[in-house]
Amino acid sequence: MDELRLYTWIAVGGTFGLYFFIAWWARAGSTSEFYAAGGGITPLQNGMAIGADWMSAASFISMAGLIAFLGYGGSVFLMGWTGGYVLLALCLAPYMRKHGKFTVPEFIGDRFYSKTARIVAVVCLIIASITYIIGQMKGVGVAFSRFLEVPYDTGLYIGMAVVFVYATLGGMKGITYTQIAQYVVLITAYTIPAIFISLQLTGNPIPQLGLGSTLADGSGVYLLDKLDMVVSDLGFKEYTTSSLGSVEMFAYTMSLMIGTAGLPHVIMRFFTVPSVKAARQSAGYALVFIALLYTVAPAVGAMARFNLMNTIEPAAGQNLDYAERPQWFKDWERTGLLAFEDKNGDGKIQYTADNETNEMVKVDRDIMVLANPSIANLPNWVIALVAAGGLAAALSTAAGLLLAISSAISHDLMKGVLMPDMSEKNELAASRIVMTISILFAGYLGLNPPGFAAGTVALAFGLAASSIFPALMMGIFSKKMSSKAAIAGMCAGLGCTMLYVFQHKGIMFIPGTSFLGGMEPNWFLGISPNAFGSVGAVINFAVAFLVLKATGPAPVNIQNMVDNFRSPHGKIAAAHDH
Amino acid sequence: MENTKSYWQENLRLIFICLIIWFVVSFGFGLLLVEPLNEFRLGGYKLGFWFAQQGSIYTFVGLIFWYTKKMNELDKKHNVEES
Repeated sequence: MDELRLYTWIAVGGTFGLYFFIAWWARAGSTSEFYAAGGGITPLQNGMAIGADWMSAASFISMAGLIAFLGYGGSVFLMGWTGGYVLLALCLAPYMRKHGKFTVPEFIGDRFYSKTARIVAVVCLIIASITYIIGQMKGVGVAFSRFLEVPYDTGLYIGMAVVFVYATLGGMKGITYTQIAQYVVLITAYTIPAIFISLQLTGNPIPQLGLGSTLADGSGVYLLDKLDMVVSDLGFKEYTTSSLGSVEMFAYTMSLMIGTAGLPHVIMRFFTVPSVKAARQSAGYALVFIALLYTVAPAVGAMARFNLMNTIEPAAGQNLDYAERPQWFKDWERTGLLAFEDKNGDGKIQYTADNETNEMVKVDRDIMVLANPSIANLPNWVIALVAAGGLAAALSTAAGLLLAISSAISHDLMKGVLMPDMSEKNELAASRIVMTISILFAGYLGLNPPGFAAGTVALAFGLAASSIFPALMMGIFSKKMSSKAAIAGMCAGLGCTMLYVFQHKGIMFIPGTSFLGGMEPNWFLGISPNAFGSVGAVINFAVAFLVLKATGPAPVNIQNMVDNFRSPHGKIAAAHDH
Repeated sequence: MENTKSYWQENLRLIFICLIIWFVVSFGFGLLLVEPLNEFRLGGYKLGFWFAQQGSIYTFVGLIFWYTKKMNELDKKHNVEES
């Protein structure tokens, strides 16, 4: 076994051992511990757990790669996936915590005094969470197959087994403490290579500052200026100004922001803290922990792009001989994620924006973070750490999503609607069984990824943005908002968004069924299906207020309930004496 | 009742102020005004680019803590703290 694989096994094995130990130590004994960790998590702990819950395989592996190739256009992900926390902290979390229930559908059901509303919310939650979880399961499989050279399926089974142990045993309590550990693992694994690379390129150890510094080669040229020059010389768009179009960027950023604020597995985490004050605080801490990664990501992206261009063409016109390509190049060629084709037969690599002459025929965006340490010649233990970090990111998000799904089914559907007189003990058993089934189902989807896996981000954020977020906002900020109006709004927002995504990407993403075609000229105002959730949200608000005007306000007892959760004063219906 | 009402009004005012700042740093400086701001520089960063990829995120963090602090004061002032 070579040194890198040995280190990787140690890093992955060690962190998994730690997760198991925590799961055993923090096992859950009651439904309130299972769903909401007994309401006894401190804001700092909760912030860290939210960070791990939130930062998925997509944040850890894909985002910096997207930024590397989109440049300024990648800002939509940076602002979109952080700005939502401001909305959560100001507009949603404190009031939902005061109301004091376990799940998002339960809040919606109470506020809109309707089982139908609760069921609509459960359906949105399950679709959004399942589409999201497929990506995590794929991430686990890929990380194992690339770094430990075990087959993809075996990697997936190992991942499923680990999640199974700590999620079913510990519920929210076990997941929270494991996520804290996973946060530490993932942030270390993300920043250490970034610090090394920033030091190499600019001499500044802080990546956020390194990105704005001059190169360490003594030329006195700023890194970003040099990068702009290199990429535009080869015909690519200038790095710091390459926009996706302003309407599209606006709509996309907004969709991601309100989608973030509406994703149930994130909101649910705010039910674990003991008070309203703590709910506000934990949103702040969460964003600090998230920002630690999100402000480093632009540096990782830009520096990875810089190193990649530099390896292939160290100086203008001096292209790398294919025969002399470095080891990482060969490793990634084997996976098929990097491909070279010698079009002009000169044995050298030309990488340009022109399809006719470009010889780097495939550079998968997802490899940038994983390949980054080897491109920069970092020591093997750093590469091993990145593998453990990627797995921590995927597993922690998967666990949070599984908990959201199982609580929606066992608590909202079974206990709330079908069998209201189920005992606590049975409910706890039911939620463990549902969680087991969800893990098996998610594993199955990871093994047989449906054709629509690539379009799922659009669907998850679109659903949350167009249905759940507006319903919660109106429930809190409009006292008169009635059940009929809210349900009509949710269905309209959800329906339009789904229709738009499907008409451009195919019904359930089946190729050939897109009745308007995926072509850009057909986009409404030039807005891509990924960015349409914000339009869906506007439709949701508009329909709800029209129906409210036509059908009259919510009853007085509901308006009083709203008054009650708007103020921290009075008895908090604590999640633990439910 | 009067107290609850004015508590909620002041809370709404705070939220409104925060959301304006939230909008200005991200959608304003980072997106709509990015081109004029890129004429200015912050070290190696073009200013608009910096807001889009760094500055907006720092502001978001600051906003949440400022709001939390203000709300704690407001809770005290109106005597609606949790028991």
